[in-house]
Amino acid sequence: MDSNIEQPEKPVISKGIDGFFKDINNICRFIIRIFVEAFKRPVEIREVIRQCYQVGYKSLALITMTGFITGLVFTKQSRPSLSEFGATSWLPSLIAIAVIRALAPLVTALICAGKVGSSIGAELASMRVTEQIDAMEVSAINPFKFLVTTRVLATTISIPILVAYTGLVGLLGSFLDIHLNEQTSFISFFQEAFKNISFLDFITTGVKAVVFGFTIGVVSCYQGYHATQGTQGVGKAANISVVISMFLIFIEEIFIVQIANSIR
Amino acid sequence: MKSFTPEINMSEKVIDIHDLYKSFGSNHVLRGIDINVHKGENVVVLGRSGTGKSVLIKIIAGLLTPDSGTVNVLGSEVDKLSNADLRELRLKVGFCFQNGALYDSMTVGENLAFPLKRNTPGIKNEQVKKMINTTLEAVGLAKTIDQMPSELSGGQRKRIGIARTLILRPDIMLYDEPTAGLDPITCTEINNLINEVQRRFHTSSIIITHDLTCAKDVGDKIVVMKEGKFVKQGTFDEVFSTKDELINEFYDYNFIQ
Repeated sequence: MDSNIEQPEKPVISKGIDGFFKDINNICRFIIRIFVEAFKRPVEIREVIRQCYQVGYKSLALITMTGFITGLVFTKQSRPSLSEFGATSWLPSLIAIAVIRALAPLVTALICAGKVGSSIGAELASMRVTEQIDAMEVSAINPFKFLVTTRVLATTISIPILVAYTGLVGLLGSFLDIHLNEQTSFISFFQEAFKNISFLDFITTGVKAVVFGFTIGVVSCYQGYHATQGTQGVGKAANISVVISMFLIFIEEIFIVQIANSIR
Repeated sequence: MKSFTPEINMSEKVIDIHDLYKSFGSNHVLRGIDINVHKGENVVVLGRSGTGKSVLIKIIAGLLTPDSGTVNVLGSEVDKLSNADLRELRLKVGFCFQNGALYDSMTVGENLAFPLKRNTPGIKNEQVKKMINTTLEAVGLAKTIDQMPSELSGGQRKRIGIARTLILRPDIMLYDEPTAGLDPITCTEINNLINEVQRRFHTSSIIITHDLTCAKDVGDKIVVMKEGKFVKQGTFDEVFSTKDELINEFYDYNFIQ
């Protein structure tokens, strides 16, 4: 055996556990690098705007439909229970709490995890397996900054805007149902709806939206950027991006709600 | 064979690799490689698939790091450079990927403009257009400027890949399997283009291939690689005028079958 040939490292605990900790280490380094590159020149404003358009504007139709139907259906489902107690006048307030505190960020994040996460994961993975990322690197272009940092920034900026939009559209869906049943005016619906919404609710939803957006961006970029195994790897990256993003979104939701409740 | 005599400066080494080793886990890909490329010289690295040819040029381009050994490119040790210095060096080292690796969301023109604009801050659009046209003309594909990569044939994609590399006017060209998967006529066109690039842009090149016709047409020096080691080097005639079984087997497979 040649003395210069490096021998493969033996696992410290087991291959699986070692791999898990290596992944955690790699993800932490990946996130740190995103922050470092984000503050380095040149600022990729044009690419960030292009990605915001891809993430935000191109998701609007789906978000509009889902947000509107969520508000409408939630109102329809809640009415019978409230009318039993003669409390249908609480509907706007109940719907607003549900939509703003939970449904808008969660529904938007889950839709974006599916639509945007899979698309970013597949796009970067396909660029990786067709050597387009290597081609950028050898052309003295920083692919990490151009591809990853811009996409993570775009999801972190766009998803909060989409969350606000989903909330508004959801309330409009709710208003439509309430207006048709109780002939409530637009102004009195919104006055009633926001009566029990506090500043903390907006802050919590805003924090959730930013965290969800960042999570979707990081997970999908990480999976896509490190894709292997050719075309099979592209499908795998898209799939894992969605699954892990959704899983993390639920975990983060629990944590943020717990923290918000302890402050409230 | 070449229709011109290349201007090779034998006193100036642009690539100098010594005792290079690289492994991926238990797969020992490169096992002590030594190679020199002189200014203006086209060196062909021949070998069967999986012998570590592509790994070699990826190390030269700084895409992979060696386990041990020295890789000196244009006077700099590639694996010891800072990111900023490596970026500087990469402007002088062009890499042509096997399948072109064109950015599929951009047109041909945008594919060429992208590295140029990114690496030449403040360059005027007029100048970019002029350089794109000149470079596309050099590879004989000026008419494809507005086409998407998906609309191009395999040979055209490779030519555009070469053009995208050439637009930065590198001193060294690294070609990864430039004729793989192409018909014989397109192969000849690509070989002629590699020679034309050497003649017109005064580049030094490493050409990775398993195609002997390509090696014969473009190589000033041929290096044969087997299981991560160089087993023979010299001119095409020197390498193949041998009784070595491995070399003859390679020759017979390419030219007799």
